[in-house]
Amino acid sequence: MKGLPVFFEKREIVTPGDLLAEGDYIVGENTYREGDKFYATRLGLVDFVDKTVIVVALHAFYVPRVGDTVIGKVVELTIAGWLVDIKAPQPAMLRASDVFERSFKPQRDELPGIFDIGDLVITKVIAYDRTRDPQLTVREPGLGKITRGQIMEITPTKIPRVIGKKGSMITMIKEQTGCHIQLGQNGVVLISGKTPENEQLAMMAIRKIDEESHISGLTDRITEMMKKIKGSEKNAGKVTREGEID
Amino acid sequence: MPGKSQEKEKLIDKEGKRVDGRQLDELRPIKLEVGILSSADGSAYIEQGKCKILAAVYGPREAHPKHLALPDRALLQCRYHMAPFSVEERKSPAPSRREVELSKVIRESLEPAVFLEYYPRASIDLFIEVLQADGGTRCAGITVAALALADAGIPMKDLVVACAAGKADGKLVLDLCDSEDKLGEADVPVAFMPTLDAITLLQMDGNLTLEEFEQAVNIALTGCKQIYKLQKEALKAKYVALKEATE
Repeated sequence: MKGLPVFFEKREIVTPGDLLAEGDYIVGENTYREGDKFYATRLGLVDFVDKTVIVVALHAFYVPRVGDTVIGKVVELTIAGWLVDIKAPQPAMLRASDVFERSFKPQRDELPGIFDIGDLVITKVIAYDRTRDPQLTVREPGLGKITRGQIMEITPTKIPRVIGKKGSMITMIKEQTGCHIQLGQNGVVLISGKTPENEQLAMMAIRKIDEESHISGLTDRITEMMKKIKGSEKNAGKVTREGEID
Repeated sequence: MPGKSQEKEKLIDKEGKRVDGRQLDELRPIKLEVGILSSADGSAYIEQGKCKILAAVYGPREAHPKHLALPDRALLQCRYHMAPFSVEERKSPAPSRREVELSKVIRESLEPAVFLEYYPRASIDLFIEVLQADGGTRCAGITVAALALADAGIPMKDLVVACAAGKADGKLVLDLCDSEDKLGEADVPVAFMPTLDAITLLQMDGNLTLEEFEQAVNIALTGCKQIYKLQKEALKAKYVALKEATE
């Protein structure tokens, strides 16, 4: 950033329309350029990575990308498959032929027997662009209907913060609570643990990350919070065994 | 006309103060709040003088009815509505001709700011509910709607801010209240994107000379810039407060 004007410090909160930088930069996430001026399009934290100007949105909705693992709810049965609500601007389609090994025949195969309205499913986005609504698949290990656990929703842009650097945050939460945690890129999180208390603790930690990710020292605060709560639980006689990793 | 001169005396007193005690170029007191409806994707609330308006944004979501969906961009649907209790005499809750028109005017003043082309076939639904009206509801409605859109995380070129100027008692004034709007000579509502220096709405009601009109627009723009600062503060407020609490 030598010599080139920058109008905000790193990690400062910006609002739509704020002039972020001027000159030889590259447009990143949540920014746009007019001439050689760069503006924010969303409320978020500004960052300059090399020559790219980005804004990490504080509140945003999910926009699908091919390859994303998402958690959705079946909302409609159609002739050719299921419509799944994955919190995206468009409804997502899970085709029946994706589930049945052979070609799907409506007179022979029953859709509700596989997934019914209201079922929660872990799926993967296999196709999505401007002209097509998102298409999903469940034909991969780890995908399919959810049978147990608790579901919570967070801001989709905060998912990377829940994972942390090289997975440090999520590993820490898993170790501390002994819960299995599945993150949907669309901001839906599935938590299943041995006891409801453990699930509750994991949910509290993730909720805190969602709310406070824009403030520095997040990992320390989360660790501290979890130790405190676990400590008080132990005193109350509810012993949670440590070191239980799924 | 003797009747008219009486009215004029009412609007601006001998000391140059207006009916509610303001200076000619003074805004009504404004209070803005963001994110006050938990079930909406984005929401905001404004109090400008006696005006009280709520805005809620849902989406981008599947367009309903489906035939309205556009193949190349999102649909911005706007509903401006006045509560039956918002005015002195009960207003029928059915959408009136005026409300339908204002819905369109507000929608068109916000459309240039929103990156609609990012979300083809989807719909962004905006609801503006006037709880208490006191003149200038279309401007306050636009100001609060822009905040609700930003709160919903919808990408925007800039926040849209609106303010009216007008002529009351022969003098140009900023931010008309109800009586100035009704008894005054002219009303010029302006919606504006300050960083881009672009006007997205410009209307005029009443009589002004060409010079007066130009002046009125400039007065309205200074008002817009003042409100823009409040808008930005309101958007950041939630996060700044949380930051200060933890640090």
